[in-house]
Amino acid sequence: MYPKDYRYTKEHEWVRVAGDVATIGITSHAQDQLGDVVFVELPAANAKLHAGQTFGTVESVKAVSDIYSPISGDVVEINEALIDAPEKINEDPHGDGWLVRAKMANKAELDSLMSAEDYEQYIAAETES
Amino acid sequence: MIKKVRPHQTQNEPLIFERSSPGKFGYQLPELDVPVVDPQTALGAANVRTEIPHFPEVSEVDVIRHYTRLSTWNYAIDLGLYPLGSCTMKYNPRVNEFVARLDGIAWAHPYQPQQLAQGALRIQHDLEMYLAEITGMDAVTLQPAAGAHGELTGILMIRAYLEAQGDARKTVLIPDSAHGTNPATAAMAGYEVKEIPSNARGLIDFAALEAAVDDSTAALMMTNPNTVGIFEEDIAKVAELLHSRGAQLYMDGANMNALVGWARPGDFGVDVMHLNLHKTFSTPHGGGGPGAGPVAVKEHLTPHLPLPRVVKDGETYTAITQAAGSIGRVRAFYGNFGVLVRALAYTLAHGGNGLKNATLDAVLNANYIRKGIEDLYHLPYESPAMHEVVFSDQRQTKQGIKTGDIAKRLIDYGFHPYTVSFPLIVHGALMIEPTETESRQELDLFIDAMRSIAAEAEADPELVRGAPHSTRTSRVNETQAARNPIVKWEPPASQ
Repeated sequence: MYPKDYRYTKEHEWVRVAGDVATIGITSHAQDQLGDVVFVELPAANAKLHAGQTFGTVESVKAVSDIYSPISGDVVEINEALIDAPEKINEDPHGDGWLVRAKMANKAELDSLMSAEDYEQYIAAETES
Repeated sequence: MIKKVRPHQTQNEPLIFERSSPGKFGYQLPELDVPVVDPQTALGAANVRTEIPHFPEVSEVDVIRHYTRLSTWNYAIDLGLYPLGSCTMKYNPRVNEFVARLDGIAWAHPYQPQQLAQGALRIQHDLEMYLAEITGMDAVTLQPAAGAHGELTGILMIRAYLEAQGDARKTVLIPDSAHGTNPATAAMAGYEVKEIPSNARGLIDFAALEAAVDDSTAALMMTNPNTVGIFEEDIAKVAELLHSRGAQLYMDGANMNALVGWARPGDFGVDVMHLNLHKTFSTPHGGGGPGAGPVAVKEHLTPHLPLPRVVKDGETYTAITQAAGSIGRVRAFYGNFGVLVRALAYTLAHGGNGLKNATLDAVLNANYIRKGIEDLYHLPYESPAMHEVVFSDQRQTKQGIKTGDIAKRLIDYGFHPYTVSFPLIVHGALMIEPTETESRQELDLFIDAMRSIAAEAEADPELVRGAPHSTRTSRVNETQAARNPIVKWEPPASQ
């Protein structure tokens, strides 16, 4: 379910790293909790991301939620396809439903994020309570 | 078993535009007995339309029937329990309406000279006094048009006060159980929002608050009782902590219905608060408005109150429109005056003891429901409930039933749903607020319905998931409606 080569946040974002570029999205658990996504607000194509700070919002039929950046860096690409087809976030949260790509400023930030296994335990515990 | 249900009278009703029939009209006016003036000459040709495209042409009875039929799809407090948590959907007593319709009040005009509007000014002055007495505060403004508007007015006053001290400060602290309007208010007033977690009992985590308060804190916005329906018992300590750091305590008074006559925010350290007259003081919620969100403040904030302010000098009432330090106007004229009249009527009709009893009954009713269903629905917080009670759908999710499904099934039982999925700190929340309006018979019917739905969730989950079954339309496609809303009527191509 949760790709092993991704890292995860407590706020339910994922990050996949290739070279020094990070791709960021929200997890399958997050989209399931939100329900059908109807609108996505993404940063400008040259915006700066700061680890732990919000960079956009996802609006579903239930709620509007902030998205927190797992890492710091400069946005190099946003997923324009989501503007007309936000449902991609529900359909393929870990793939086509990605939100932004950013050039990472500090790779060491990845160390504080969760592995797939840790994340699965984290959401299991969260659902229990 | 469904004991009370109200199937929709009219299954189909076209739009009023589609009812239109060319040449039809409601009234035939008598011929003019004064000279005809050409509107184009009187108003300027640019301001006169020769035609209103697709203006519906219908008779009076067409209009009356159309809207009456539509009204049968609606639910109202006049039909039964309306347990929408946090909204305080109490009955709107008819005495309020009687008073608001008295000629001198209903026909008063805001441009009437003040010496001819003494009664209207006195109504405002007296209501301000009563609200100050009820809240334990020093002064009140009646201008804001709703709760969120009151919040913004209150936080802008705090900003003005702190600015006058030399530093407006940077952050507003808000518990994670707060209404969403609180962070929106703080952001609108130019503050950064910092969230304070709740503890295992559903109360503000005092240690976390202590760590968060510093010299950049302008205020804490707190709801008491909070949105989980629990009284914040540390409130006096919280006020002391804030004041020791030069910060202010704002109270969201949305839940004041649980306190009126028994506890006064001014006595437990609150500096500013708003009231929702359309909740606690029984004025109509209308179709989303008008409401009224008066703001009550302590003495040190009075110079910053918005204008106009009504003052009494001897037997004369005057509306002051200029004052140094005021944050200025927040609303045209005198706020939603008709709503203020109703709130005063409610207050005077009840009197002190009546208001105290209403509070007791509101708390009693919520606890009666809690006891009636707590063996079937998960109760996330065991702390004593005040005027509302919050359950979660944890037990029903095992059958794939979520809080929204239970709410929709309640419609089949003849009730308006409770508040769904709020507060956010309770996953899958069912937030139930009966108010003091309800008799034991109505509460028993509701408890019976909730118990019956819990049994259905076990025995026939599909029945609950597919609800409502008795309404004109069942589930609408919310996703489609949000993604591709159709908000404009287009005439058929053939016309």
